[in-house]
Amino acid sequence: MKFSVITAVAAGFVASAAFAEDVAPTAVAYTEGAVSQSLTGIPGDPANGRVILGDNGQGNCVACHQITEMSDVPFQGNVGPMLDGTGERWSEGELRGIVVNAKVMFEDSIMPAFYKTDGFIRPGNLYTGKAADDTFGPLLTAQQVEDVVAYLVTLRE
Amino acid sequence: MRKLTGLKVPGALLATLLATSAVMADPVDDTLTINGETEIVVRTAAPEHLSGAMSEIMSGWLFREDDTRIMQADDFDNPGMIFVELAEDSWNMAEGSNGKSCADCHGASADMSEVRPTYPKWNETAGEVRTLEMQINDCRTNQMGAEEWKYTGNDMVNMTALLASVSRGNVVNVAIDGPAQSTWEQGKEIYYTRYGQLNLSCSNCHEDNYGNMIRADHLSQGQINGFPVYRLKNTKLNSAHDRFKGCIRDTRAETFSPGSPEFVALELYVASRGNGLGVEGPAIRN
Ligand code: HEC
Ligand code: HEC
Ligand code: HEC
Repeated sequence: MKFSVITAVAAGFVASAAFAEDVAPTAVAYTEGAVSQSLTGIPGDPANGRVILGDNGQGNCVACHQITEMSDVPFQGNVGPMLDGTGERWSEGELRGIVVNAKVMFEDSIMPAFYKTDGFIRPGNLYTGKAADDTFGPLLTAQQVEDVVAYLVTLRE
Repeated sequence: MRKLTGLKVPGALLATLLATSAVMADPVDDTLTINGETEIVVRTAAPEHLSGAMSEIMSGWLFREDDTRIMQADDFDNPGMIFVELAEDSWNMAEGSNGKSCADCHGASADMSEVRPTYPKWNETAGEVRTLEMQINDCRTNQMGAEEWKYTGNDMVNMTALLASVSRGNVVNVAIDGPAQSTWEQGKEIYYTRYGQLNLSCSNCHEDNYGNMIRADHLSQGQINGFPVYRLKNTKLNSAHDRFKGCIRDTRAETFSPGSPEFVALELYVASRGNGLGVEGPAIRN
C-alpha cells in the first residue's frame, strides 16, 4: 500500500485514474459477477497469493478447496470444488469477482466474500465472538485480493 | 465435488489426498454399544420435520476417528465418566437452606432416565421452554434454597452429564408442537440464518456439507445427542451452548451467550433434529 501512496505523490497531479487509491469494498463494480478493473492498479504477486490461500490467518482458501499445486499445505478441505485448472475456466476479471464476492457469480454461495464490509448479520470482531468495532475491515486487503487473483490465473491443467 | 481423476501427482501424494478426501469424507459404518450392553442409536431415519432437508440423521460419533469412537464404548476409558461420578456425589449431598439433596426429592439418579431425552421442554407453571440447566437451577434456588450454578460452570455441566449418562439407551424425543412451537420456530430461524463476516449458517456446514472436510475438520451433522461432550482438544466437558458459541464465533460473528433465549430456542431446534438418536452423553469428541 505504501508503494501506491508514494507513487501517487511522486506523480503529483499528473497522476490519472491508474494511480488512484484502492477501490473501496463498497465501490466495486461487477459485470455479470466479474470485476474487470484491478482494485489497486498494482500487479498482484502470485507467490504471496499462494501464501494467502494456504494460511489460516489470511485467505485459508484450502479450508474448502483442494489445489494439487499446493499439496505441501496439509489438510485441504472439500466443501468447494478443486481449484486445479480454475485459471483456464475463468478469466482474470471473473476470478477477481469470485474472490471479492462470490455470491454475485454464484447465488447464495457458501464461499465468504473476501472484499466486502457491509450487509452482514451480527458481524464480529475477528474471531473473538464480540461485536465488530470501528476496526472492522474486509477479510483481505485490496492488494491481497490482487495477489490471490494473480496466483489463481496460474492454475492451468 | 471431488475430482480425483486425472491427478498428475506422485503415488504417495495421491494416497494422502485420498486419505483426506475420499476415505475420511464419509461417516463410518459402525454401531455403538456401551460397556457391551447398552445399545445406542447412532443412525436412524430423520424426523418428519426434516423432510426435504435430509433423510437420515447421524450422531457425531460416526464422524470421529477409530480411537475416539472406541474410547466412548467403555465407561472405564471414557474420561467424561469421572465428572459423572463427581455429579453423583453432588446428587446425594444436601445443600442450601432447606437441607435437601437432589436425591431426597428425586430418588436415585438412575431413576431420572426419562428426563434428558425430553429436554428442552415446556414448563407449564413457569410458562417457558426450559433447558435441563434452567430446571436444575430452578430446583436449586426454589426447592433447595441453594445458590444457582453458573450455566456452563463445572458443577452444572457435570450434573447434566450425570443425567445424560443415566438416559443412555433411550432416544431423544423433544416436543416441538403445542406451547413449545414458537420457541422451536425461533430456533429454526436461527439455525438457517447466515451470521458473521463469513456469512455462514449452521445449515451451511451441518446440513449442506456433513461428511465433507473443512480444513482438518470432518463435518458432522452438528447433533447434540452426545452432550455434554468430553473434548480431547480441551480435556473437559463442554455444554451444547458452549459449542454453539464456538461455532458462531468461528463465522466471525458476535455470538449469543450460553443460557440466552436465543440459545435455548436453538437448543430445542437442534435437539429436535436429533429426535430418534440415542442419548450418548458424556460423548467423546475431538
Ligand atoms: C467456506 C468455504 C469456502 C472458502 C473458505 C473459499 N471458497 Fe471458493 N468456493 C466455495 C464453493 C462452495 C465454491 C463453488 C461455487 C458455488 O458456491 O457454487 C467456490 C468456488 C470458487 C472458485 C471457482 C472454482 C471453479 O474453478 O469453478 C474459485 C476460483 C474460488 N472458489 C476461490 C477461492 C479462494 C481464492 C478462496 C480464498 C480466498 C476461497 N475460494 C475460499 C467455497 C469456499
Ligand atoms: C425439595 C425437592 C426437590 C429438590 C431438593 C430437587 N428437586 Fe428437582 N424437582 C422438584 C420438583 C417438584 C420438580 C418438578 C418441577 C416442575 O415441574 O416445575 C423437579 C423437577 C426436576 C427436573 C425435571 C424433571 C422432569 O421430568 O422434567 C430435574 C432434571 C430436576 N428436578 C433435577 C434436580 C436436581 C439436579 C436437583 C439437585 C441439584 C434437584 N432437582 C433437587 C423437586 C426437587
Ligand atoms: C464453518 C462451518 C460451521 C458452522 C457455520 C457451524 N459449525 Fe458446528 N461445527 C463445525 C465443525 C468443524 C465442528 C466439529 C466437527 C463436527 O462435529 O462437525 C462442529 C461441531 C458442532 C457440534 C458438535 C457435534 C458433536 O457431535 O459433538 C455441534 C452441536 C454444532 N457444531 C452445532 C452448530 C450450530 C448449532 C451451528 C449454528 C449456530 C453451527 N454448528 C455452525 C463447523 C461449523
